[in-house]
Amino acid sequence: MKDYKNKNANPVDESGQFFAAKLTGVKREYVLKGETVYALRGVDLEVPQGDYVAIMGASGSGKSTMLNLLGCLDRPTSGKIWLGRDDVTSLDDDSLSEIRASRIGFVFQSYNLIQQLTVIENIEVPLFYQRNANLRSRKRCVELANLVGLSQRLNHRPTQLSGGQQQRVAIARSLVNDPYFILADEPTGNLDSKTTAEILDLLDELNAQGRTIILVTHEDDVGARSKRIVRLRDGLIESDVRLRPNDPPPKRPDALV
Amino acid sequence: MRHALRTLQSGVKSLYLHPMRSLLTVLGIFIGVASVIWLLAIGEGISRKAQEQIESLGADNIIVSTIKPPNEALSAGGGGGRMQFPEYGLTRADYERLTETIPTVIKAAPLKDFQETFQNGSRKIDGRLVGCTPSYVDVVKIAMFDGRFFNDQENDEARDYCVLGAGVAEKLFPYEEPIGKLIRVGENYFYRVIGVAQSRDPSAAIGSSMKSEDYSFDVYIPLKTMETRVGDTVVVRRSGSMEGETVQLKQITLKVKDVASVMETADLIKMTLDDYHTKFEDYGVTVPLELLEQAKTTRMMFNVFMGLIAGISLVVGGIGIMNIMLATVTERTREIGIRRALGAKRGDIVRQFLIETIVLSVVGGGLGVLVGLTCSPATTFAMGVIKRANPDLIASLPPIVQELKPIIVYWSVPLAFMISIIIGVVFGVYPAIRAAKMDPIEALRHE
Repeated sequence: MKDYKNKNANPVDESGQFFAAKLTGVKREYVLKGETVYALRGVDLEVPQGDYVAIMGASGSGKSTMLNLLGCLDRPTSGKIWLGRDDVTSLDDDSLSEIRASRIGFVFQSYNLIQQLTVIENIEVPLFYQRNANLRSRKRCVELANLVGLSQRLNHRPTQLSGGQQQRVAIARSLVNDPYFILADEPTGNLDSKTTAEILDLLDELNAQGRTIILVTHEDDVGARSKRIVRLRDGLIESDVRLRPNDPPPKRPDALV
Repeated sequence: MRHALRTLQSGVKSLYLHPMRSLLTVLGIFIGVASVIWLLAIGEGISRKAQEQIESLGADNIIVSTIKPPNEALSAGGGGGRMQFPEYGLTRADYERLTETIPTVIKAAPLKDFQETFQNGSRKIDGRLVGCTPSYVDVVKIAMFDGRFFNDQENDEARDYCVLGAGVAEKLFPYEEPIGKLIRVGENYFYRVIGVAQSRDPSAAIGSSMKSEDYSFDVYIPLKTMETRVGDTVVVRRSGSMEGETVQLKQITLKVKDVASVMETADLIKMTLDDYHTKFEDYGVTVPLELLEQAKTTRMMFNVFMGLIAGISLVVGGIGIMNIMLATVTERTREIGIRRALGAKRGDIVRQFLIETIVLSVVGGGLGVLVGLTCSPATTFAMGVIKRANPDLIASLPPIVQELKPIIVYWSVPLAFMISIIIGVVFGVYPAIRAAKMDPIEALRHE
């Protein structure tokens, strides 16, 4: 096991504060048909533990790029990205995969469950890629399914579930590896207003229990549920507004909330 | 281990998602593997039969037989007056020379034979009258069913004794004990039955040098008796002319000291005979050992040929699998993206798709093995069906095909299985690598 993946030591920044994610001077440029596209032009962002950040912006503002970088699916052209106390800026593909498996909980707009797997198996996938799937972890998956209110549907397949239920499974899956933060990409984009409210309530609840959440959205009322709204525009942070104080529980939550 | 098991389990699940497609995909491998087993089994069945028949001639035997030269050669070399018939073939002198001068020959059985009609009262049967010496019993391995074979003294004294082949005995003496009875051979001669030979399988024709022989319609008499009673010249009357020929011996079977010196002795025999048969080629030397070697080579070539055919169908099957896997990879781009986002490394993705391909090919291979094992009953069944529908077709086939009994080659099963795994790996690698090379961001965006 490489040292950047040392989860047991309580990762603390030099200042004594733990940042689930931290971006310093991050730039990301693409070359598209011979033209350079500046998706991010130098972004600094600190996401302390326990925070609930909504990243907002119009399309083309660099939202998706930011999401990909935070999700360790992409590497910046320059600048640095830290997850906890570890610099993940220039890790190789396999190491980034390990980081994703162990530190990030993904929630997508279109749920992105694996069709041929049951609810419980879907929840287990990140553990599987951490080589951590065993009987104990199976128990944990069941507990998480209970937590998101799907205890009756453990052996259903995604196609047998409603959109809201699928998103609940995805949220349970994002929690299974006890991540540094949940990275939610338009999690309510495909849901009706009632289900949207339910999912947002669930996220609130998780945040209240100490989970760090980074949420990418373009809907103002979704963003308004967070503690802090970061607005992007043309690859730069336009505004960073705190709506509510970040008072995380003193201890980082243990394996299960 | 656990991880591998889970990967395997999820592979099976993915395939189970499209059972029909998976089954069709597997068809190529299935046919390939089944045909490997079938073809090898049929080849083995044929070649083992041939080998048995050659072995029944005796690996330490050398068979020298008279061959009738072409008619032009005969009339050119024969010369002589009006009533003189062409003379060719092995002679008693040849027999003496071979047995006296070649030290590695331990036993020799000269014989001559004619087609004759055997009679017991009103019962009649056509068969082969064989004049031979008692050593023939050892050399050709005739087992006695009843009574005994004549001995050397009786041969020298040219007794009118005979030994019946099993078929003849059954035909002529269906209800009585044949020993001691007289049978009539041809028009003029009577012989006393002193023994009955056990029935045995007919030997097959081997190449062009040996005709197939059915021993059960043989009647054996002492060679001396045949020489004195029948002589060497056989005359056939035709309208307006007479044709005939003089042949002293039809065949000499020589038993060699040991198998190692067979080839050498055969060369020596040819050299010896060539000195005395200068007019024309009127004899042939058959070496069962040589035939055995040839049969082995033929069999190997046959196996290689069969393997090639089966190999082609396996490769075609493999390409079919690759084709489907490539389609599957494209179809599951999004799933690959999800898995990559959730922490799957490139290696994990490669492994996943490779295992799926291997599962496919192993399932195909397994089914192929199962069907391959039914080769023998299936052949019998197919033969039965064809026989009922079209008996002439079966009758026109060579006996070796008629009596075909496939023998499953024990190593063909693991071989076929291994091949199917190898095909899974070989044809699975490319789609798996394609899957793993996808950019997770692109893959997640894929609809």
